Amino acid sequence: MPSSNRIAEAFAAAKAQSRPALVAYLTAGDPSPERSASLALALHRGGAGILELGVPFSDPVADGPVIQQASDRALKAGTNVRRVLEIAAEIRRHSAMPIVLFSYLNPLMRYGFDALARDARDAGIDGCLITDLSVEEAAGPVSKLRAAGLDTVFLAAPTSTGRRLKLVSELSSGFVYVVSRTGVTGERSDVAASVEPLVNRIKSMTGKPLAVGFGVSKPEHVAAIGCYADGVIVGSAIMRIIEQNGHAPDLESRLEQFMRSLSGKEDSPR
Amino acid sequence: MSNDPIQQPDSGGHFGPYGGRYVPEILMAPLEEIERAYAEARQDAAFQAELAGLLANFAGRPTPIYECKRLSAILGGARLFLKREDLLHTGAHKINNCLGQVLLARRMGKTRIIAETGAGQHGVATATVCALFGLECVVYMGEEDMRRQRLNVFRMRLLGARVESVTSGSRTLKDAVSAAMRDWAANIENTHYLLGSALGAHPYPMMVRDFHRCTGDEARRQILAQAGRLPDSIVACVGGGSNAIGIFTAFIPDTQVSLIGVEAGGRGLTTGNHAARIAGGSPGVLQGAYSYLLQDDDGQVSLTHSVSAGLDYALIGPEHAWLHDQGRARYTNCTDVDALNAARTLARTEGIIPALESSHAVAEAIRLAPQAAGKIILVNLSGRGDKDTGIYRENFPELDTPDAQ
Ligand SMILES: Cc1ncc(COP(=O)(O)O)c(C=O)c1O
Repeated sequence: MPSSNRIAEAFAAAKAQSRPALVAYLTAGDPSPERSASLALALHRGGAGILELGVPFSDPVADGPVIQQASDRALKAGTNVRRVLEIAAEIRRHSAMPIVLFSYLNPLMRYGFDALARDARDAGIDGCLITDLSVEEAAGPVSKLRAAGLDTVFLAAPTSTGRRLKLVSELSSGFVYVVSRTGVTGERSDVAASVEPLVNRIKSMTGKPLAVGFGVSKPEHVAAIGCYADGVIVGSAIMRIIEQNGHAPDLESRLEQFMRSLSGKEDSPR
Repeated sequence: MSNDPIQQPDSGGHFGPYGGRYVPEILMAPLEEIERAYAEARQDAAFQAELAGLLANFAGRPTPIYECKRLSAILGGARLFLKREDLLHTGAHKINNCLGQVLLARRMGKTRIIAETGAGQHGVATATVCALFGLECVVYMGEEDMRRQRLNVFRMRLLGARVESVTSGSRTLKDAVSAAMRDWAANIENTHYLLGSALGAHPYPMMVRDFHRCTGDEARRQILAQAGRLPDSIVACVGGGSNAIGIFTAFIPDTQVSLIGVEAGGRGLTTGNHAARIAGGSPGVLQGAYSYLLQDDDGQVSLTHSVSAGLDYALIGPEHAWLHDQGRARYTNCTDVDALNAARTLARTEGIIPALESSHAVAEAIRLAPQAAGKIILVNLSGRGDKDTGIYRENFPELDTPDAQ
């Protein structure tokens, strides 16, 4: 069992208000590691219920250009796993928002899963999602992370077979990340019609919360997905705002406003 | 194939701890589809016969082995033999794997082929088989490699392929692989990713090896016929590792034959500008597989360097990592300068201009031969040097003046 129930509580709180939990992805270290905690807190003020804190990687095969470039900038700014954990700890000092570490496998493997599980828990991180860790290869990392009380989130894809969806939902804890469409991360003009049936298929296999991501960037997307899923994940749209306003002093308020616009509550901050 | 002594990975594609499947969930379904289709094709006599026919009549197999008598005499030690993969259609071993995979793609009903390329040899071979089967072809190539291998870019276009310039990251082979993986994730329905080396997620390392093992199977018969015995050493260059695993495989059970892989030593290991994963790397995951990787203390993939684009990659194919750990193969490296000089030596003593990648293996053989009197060294000459003429010109300016000798 996770040592905290922050992730479960965030989904429960959203459900109680009949809305999806907003999950915000942030590449840690972009534009600079010093700024990241402040950006995360702004996303939270704007309505993000859960934070996915991205560890930058040199070869992000699942990401489109926006997050690729965010990773490049974060790496140039000197961000590594240790620094990301510090950022998480800093966020935790100011907020109870659940934090999911979002990473490619190699930087975490290099850090070592024994050390990572311990240090992530100590930093106040609640869970971990490793993009290129297939369920087949996951046994070792999952047992170490779970032993430290961390949730392990896995991706379910539109291409996943029934057998794979079952494996993914069994191995996931906290929530299941439902990838809305094939391809890589990046904003899209609309939500694929195939998402709802995919979500319903997974619902028939598990009672765990399902959050939908990839391509979500507009209030309409959030509203549409919110009708059938427990959470909505926004990533590239956030990183694009950071890309375009990286050094603007009002970046925090822009991010806060953007999050507020997504939940359709621009005028009534929570 | 149950009586085949060749080592097979476990059902998850692991060679010892290496290999496996480390990809985003989206790509697991197509990998499973390829695995299924390949398992069937492997047992299908009609598939194997069609492939054998194309290898013989289109690609030009079997390739000869050739004894370098002049060079051997000059070095004054071992007898050097070359396995002449450079004589294959399109100029390198890459065509073996491309023919196998294009037949598989057709079997799976795919109409579009994507590939990555470093030196351009795999891109040319892919463009070639796509032309042969009338399939759409997109080749991803790092911007830096496009500059280094302009002739191959043009050849791909002449063959009807679209060459996509990759401007992310280091703009070389690994970035081209990432770009191809991203394209694949978006176009799984109709697209086959024709990966060009014994790399990536299972079943690629096994499948690519199988499509190249004809090299070693032929060479083993040929050397027994020509020299009356097995060679003492086999030497091959290792980028991802396809030509090397192709020639090694038949000889793995012959434990008296030493297997030597040559990685790119670049400007020398101490400079950090190289692609010697075994000597300078440590186990890690890149683009689908777990193997020896050049990485920094934070687990970020290091930039590599080699004068030869085909060896310029941060991860070594997983079966090589396992052969290394088991002590069955030995991995060494060769600098840019030694490879360039070996190319010139081979050209001038035997009338064969090798590809720069293959020159790394030639250089190692040249290094070993003088102390190996009475021994037989077989080098896999994986490709010919036409594509590298521009780099040879840059590096031998003394041959490129009006009154050069
Ligand atoms: C002629 C030649 N040899 C070798 C290689 C390296 O690849 P591999 O290690 O897969 O044989 C290449 C790659 O482009 C090549 O063109």
